Amino acid sequence: MSWSSLIPATSFMPIQATEIAKEVDLLYAFLIIASLVSFVILIGGMTWFLIKFKRTSVDQKSAYITHNNFAEFLWSFIPLVIMMGIFYWGMVIFEKLRTPPEDIAAEIHVTAEQWAWTYRYANGKEFYSSANDPMIVPAGKATKLILTSKDVIHSFYVPAFRTKQDAVPGKLTQLWFEPKQPGEYIVFCTEYCGTKHSGMMIKIKAIPPEEYAAWYHAEKKGADTPADLGKTLFAQKACASCHSIDGSRIVGPTMKGLFGSNRKFADGSQAKADENYLRESILVSSAKIVEGYPPAMPVFQGQLSDEDVANLIEYIKSIK
Amino acid sequence: MSSAHTKTEHGHTDHNYLNHGSGIWSWMTTLDHKRIGLMYFATVATLFLIGGFFALGIRLHLAKFGAEPLLSPDTYNKFMTFHGAIMVFMVIIPGIPAFLGNFVLPIQLGAKDVAFPRLNLASYYIFIAGALIAASSMIFNQVDTGWTFYTPYSTAKTSNGVILLVLGAFTMGFSSILTGLNFIVTTHKLRAPGMTMDRIPLMIWALYSTSIIQILATPILAITLLLIGAEKTLGVGIFDPDLGGDPVLFQHFFWFYSHPAVYIMILPAMGVISELITAFSKKTIFGYRAIAYSSVAIAAVSFLVWGHHMFVSGQSTIAGIVFSIITMFVGVPTAIKLFNWISTMYRGTVTFEAPMLFALGFMFLFTIGGLTGVFLASTGMDVHFHDTYFVVAHFHYVMVGGTLMALMGGIFYWFPKMFGKMTSDLGGRISWVLIFTGFNVTFFPQFVLGAMGMPRRYFDYLPEYTNLNQISTVGSWLIGLGFLVGLITIIHGILKGEKASDNPWGAKTLEWQTSSPPPHENFTTTPTVTAGPYDFR
Ligand code: HEM
Ligand SMILES: [Cu+2]
Repeated sequence: MSWSSLIPATSFMPIQATEIAKEVDLLYAFLIIASLVSFVILIGGMTWFLIKFKRTSVDQKSAYITHNNFAEFLWSFIPLVIMMGIFYWGMVIFEKLRTPPEDIAAEIHVTAEQWAWTYRYANGKEFYSSANDPMIVPAGKATKLILTSKDVIHSFYVPAFRTKQDAVPGKLTQLWFEPKQPGEYIVFCTEYCGTKHSGMMIKIKAIPPEEYAAWYHAEKKGADTPADLGKTLFAQKACASCHSIDGSRIVGPTMKGLFGSNRKFADGSQAKADENYLRESILVSSAKIVEGYPPAMPVFQGQLSDEDVANLIEYIKSIK
Repeated sequence: MSSAHTKTEHGHTDHNYLNHGSGIWSWMTTLDHKRIGLMYFATVATLFLIGGFFALGIRLHLAKFGAEPLLSPDTYNKFMTFHGAIMVFMVIIPGIPAFLGNFVLPIQLGAKDVAFPRLNLASYYIFIAGALIAASSMIFNQVDTGWTFYTPYSTAKTSNGVILLVLGAFTMGFSSILTGLNFIVTTHKLRAPGMTMDRIPLMIWALYSTSIIQILATPILAITLLLIGAEKTLGVGIFDPDLGGDPVLFQHFFWFYSHPAVYIMILPAMGVISELITAFSKKTIFGYRAIAYSSVAIAAVSFLVWGHHMFVSGQSTIAGIVFSIITMFVGVPTAIKLFNWISTMYRGTVTFEAPMLFALGFMFLFTIGGLTGVFLASTGMDVHFHDTYFVVAHFHYVMVGGTLMALMGGIFYWFPKMFGKMTSDLGGRISWVLIFTGFNVTFFPQFVLGAMGMPRRYFDYLPEYTNLNQISTVGSWLIGLGFLVGLITIIHGILKGEKASDNPWGAKTLEWQTSSPPPHENFTTTPTVTAGPYDFR
């Protein structure tokens, strides 16, 4: 039990299914207290003045006070300091919410559409979900989702994990979480997406890691993994004529060890090679040219489906 | 109207702007800022009734009182869109500046009219045209995008009605820009002799800052809305990823206008509150300069915080953090204003007529709205609250609790000046009690719903949210009743109100130094100003 559980308002929060949920609630409890104190100072002070300085006779005179520099300095400075603290605290949590840990136990490609979610596992297991097929994840381990959408913007919100991320068409975004306990947690869509927006719910089912392993390796729906499919595409589209997979240099950069590495570009900027970078480089390679290479790669925009791209990315990730 | 040129007990002729010319045509072609202000009043009040009808429909549906849902999902989404679009673009944004601002600004400055009276009338008709175009989208080709028109839903997945609604908003934008321009020039050029910039009332400072935002931000909205139209009709690929566009770009454009627009809604309200609190405390405002300059500061900083609507949109973590810290900076001038108003009451002699009650209601509700804004500005916290009912509660506390309370207070305060008659103080107070109570019953439970995780714009919800939703619906009827009482009080005041004196509240600003109602050109002799605006010595 911590001090924050003394604040009744925190009891309205959903269950705390992750460590981060606890941290968010601690900040929430602090904000509630700080707000209550501020409210009492402001509105309490006001009410007191109203009672004390109520006009009692017609010719009563008010004091003539125009300003007071010291008071005005204090009530600008103190709120500023408090708000900077709240900003910093929020930022620390935000960065945790945004930065997945190194060891990810499950990585799932999630595609939103009006009004359902599809999730595809690294070994090719794939679910088109209405409310019945929960997303299975291991409890006590980190899961990373790579989100996109087929049509309009949707948003993946898990109240019990205190996290949320938009799924944007034409882009990959990511989200991670680590449910502490086995259990079922609800997922809402929180970006308005049309008629059945409020019906677009799924469940995340966290199960013990051993059970998860068994489930994961059990008979699967697709024959090939996304990485396998990506490998086939890599050959079909003649990517290999310019990109080696063994580290040697041909026309373009090698694929070996590419994922997660730091890329330097011709215009002097830099970026880490994450899913979004790979996606952009495949579809419109001219967007960022790696330092020392010619802008020679053709545009694949319109020739590859979102799923093709996701498969290629999985293949590239596998070339370590 | 009574016949002109009869002697009054003051000895001057009873010739005022209301009876200066009669018949509907004299109103429709009037160049008098006071009449134009009242025309905006009638228009905005009508639109408010329509927007309120949709609100009550939404709430009734969400209460799930019957076994069958009241609305179909599509109808619900349309109600939600109409409600939001009407209230934002046609009620709260024009409400205080176009109506109260038009009426009060020139008189407070000691001017005969605004700088460009013809442009002022044109602004009104442009507004009407925009409202009609927007309304046609509700009748012919209904829109269900929500008032934010997020792409690619608006461009690729819904009816062409969006084009009409967007065109309507685009047109109304011109009205907003032209009014802003008029106010800025009027403030600079038409002040009475002796009215230096540090003697203009705080209402004017607020309108002035608002006008700056209107001029700078509205064109961005206009361009954004045009691009939606272009994308839908011509298929240019700015926002739709299927055409090579970027859907998040739209959000940047949209909030680059709409965040400052939030201050178009609240700054004028703050101006009204500054007037009310001094007048009913009979004491000079505390920290005139701080309030005046914080208005300008808010206007400036409001352009730098739009990204706090997009913490989970996929923009970079760094961007989120930068927008978060800048947003915290806006909180400071806001806090300064609250402290200043409260200090104004200190050692004053306070009375509690209806306008003051609305001002106090503003203080209460706006404080809650402002404090919950800090929750949302904090990135780690906002990830949980974004797009839930917590946000719905927050912006209603600010926009309705803040702006609408100020608007009501302003109406009851300036009513005697507008019509030369008093409203029933009892009527005003009853209206206040109902609106204030109803408001808290409606929207406070929504903070809890948001904390529990209920997303906004939901046609249906989990069973555990039912009780709070039903409480909220009951509250909405109290608000509705409160506005009804307010409306009756106003109409009764116009028809049967007691005659008002020139300065019934004993206020110090210039508009109270002329007769009620003022003559056609505001003052019979141009006033000369020798002191600050709130000199209650
Ligand atoms: C009787 C008073 C009111 C009630 C009961 C009410 C109720 C509601 C409800 C239930 C929603 C839908 C929330 C959602 O589904 O996301 C909503 C949205 C909204 N309301 Fe109100 N409202 C009232 C007055 C106002 C006023 C006066 C304004 C003026 C600014 C306003 C502005 C908005 C806006 C901007 C939205 C967002 C619409 C959207 O999400 O697209 N409301 N309101
Ligand atoms: Cu959705």
